[in-house]
Amino acid sequence: MSGLPVIKSRKLEITYNIPISKTVRFWEGLKEGKILATRCRNCGKLHFPPAADCSQCYSSDMEWVELSGEGRLVTYTHVIVRPKSFQEEQPYTVGIAELKEGVKVLAWLTDVKRKDIKIGMELKMVPKQLPDGRIAYVFKPLTTRE
Amino acid sequence: MRRVAVIGVGHSRFGDRQDVNVKELAFESVKPALEDAGLTPKDIPYVTVGSIGVWYEEPLPAVAIAEYCGLTGAGLVRVEAACATGSAAVYSAYTAIASGAVDLALVVGVEKMREVDTSLAVELIGRAGSYLWEFEYFGMTFPSYYALYATAYMNRYGATEEDLALVAVKNHKYAALNPLAHLQKEISVEDVLSSYMISWPLKLYDCSPITDGSAALVLASEEKVRELRVDTPVWIAGVGYSSGSSTLSQRSDFLGLDAAVKASQMAYRIAGVRPDQIDSANVHDCFTIAELLAYEDLGFCRRGEGVKMIRDGETEIGGRIPVNVDGGLKAKGHPIGATGVSMIVEQTKQLREEVKPSARQAPMKNYIALTHNVGGTGHYCYVTVLKR
Ligand SMILES: [Zn+2]
Repeated sequence: MSGLPVIKSRKLEITYNIPISKTVRFWEGLKEGKILATRCRNCGKLHFPPAADCSQCYSSDMEWVELSGEGRLVTYTHVIVRPKSFQEEQPYTVGIAELKEGVKVLAWLTDVKRKDIKIGMELKMVPKQLPDGRIAYVFKPLTTRE
Repeated sequence: MRRVAVIGVGHSRFGDRQDVNVKELAFESVKPALEDAGLTPKDIPYVTVGSIGVWYEEPLPAVAIAEYCGLTGAGLVRVEAACATGSAAVYSAYTAIASGAVDLALVVGVEKMREVDTSLAVELIGRAGSYLWEFEYFGMTFPSYYALYATAYMNRYGATEEDLALVAVKNHKYAALNPLAHLQKEISVEDVLSSYMISWPLKLYDCSPITDGSAALVLASEEKVRELRVDTPVWIAGVGYSSGSSTLSQRSDFLGLDAAVKASQMAYRIAGVRPDQIDSANVHDCFTIAELLAYEDLGFCRRGEGVKMIRDGETEIGGRIPVNVDGGLKAKGHPIGATGVSMIVEQTKQLREEVKPSARQAPMKNYIALTHNVGGTGHYCYVTVLKR
């Protein structure tokens, strides 16, 4: 900070309650060890992130389908300088992978040494329990036997 | 559609501006813009304000700035298009005049980003994408989004960290000549390579700084230009725009920005110009990789050849097409809402051939200039072609 005269404003803390009613099946799926997406029954488009409404044909007639989670790394970065709410984390690696089913996903890439990461490497997307009790998903290198 | 010209420009000093609040900062560019146009606030019927806000205290910056600058009563709107906010504010004013609704409009781009601490600024910008799917669990930052492009580009075309550093070295060289720039100092490739890692492969000197600043324009219809006997109107010859997916994962590839390709093709078509006719350009170099992508997306060179352009000095003054000779976002600074307006201020001055010092003046052959302003990570794009 510059040391110039300022008035420190009132503190404001914001937390959003993000509605997930229409995609709650995805979050339940993670708890069952599954990666789910929605598929439009009208035009067949596969949606990840899962969507309740089809951006391609405007139908809202969707079905849930399970993805293999298997795919290949398209690109990645190591996040060193982190946002304020991620200060407690160690630096992390984020990748984008294209799954066998054709959708692309962004997630942390874990369980691999930085020097072993290569664009095109085979990955598996798996649910991951977070320390705060919530559930998310990460990529891990795909090994023939887990 | 009627023809529209830039008839007044104003620009604050960019930097860490904790000596002023957002209204005082806007005043620093509004006053010279009106003076340049020979007008007073009473002459202005319509005002567009480009600002993201959130990092400063005013939730309604447009009304606060209008009151402070004596513009209360004018038609007023605040515009948001992420880092392309400034260009979107210009486009909003442009269409108001081109449509015949008004004959004059004032555009103010302003951002005050240093009233919050750096890690909060990093958080707020990192959230600007697809919050739930790419931030909530994965903590992406703005440098990280562009780092995904850098990794893919380097892997595909064999570009190196040294190549990226050349962009920073060039833009710092020109910022050192620009008294309004945030980082007025030359740097070396070694300085870039040894700066600390932000989001691999991007290091501190690959990134634009967090900057406060404002820029302003007065736009006028052709009738008004004649009525006011404006000496050197700079015409908005064409504006192209497009947008990209909110989630980065849905992009077709990470080697270029589709929104920028579409926006530039649209702008060239409307203006009736080709990329090889451009005398001077400002491109959106929020990160060094972004400038290389811009060369290719704008058709200044073929895919994968952006790296050759920077290695060969083709985008320096004396090269084929000078780019960001005001220092760019990289070294002039990137006060988000002001950036697109600042680009058009710079290119207006280039076209009027009044850039000081003259070492920063691009030679004019066709009197055609271009600005390329990307919002977020290719989430929005506006390309504006200007002609004298
Ligand atoms: Zn459909």
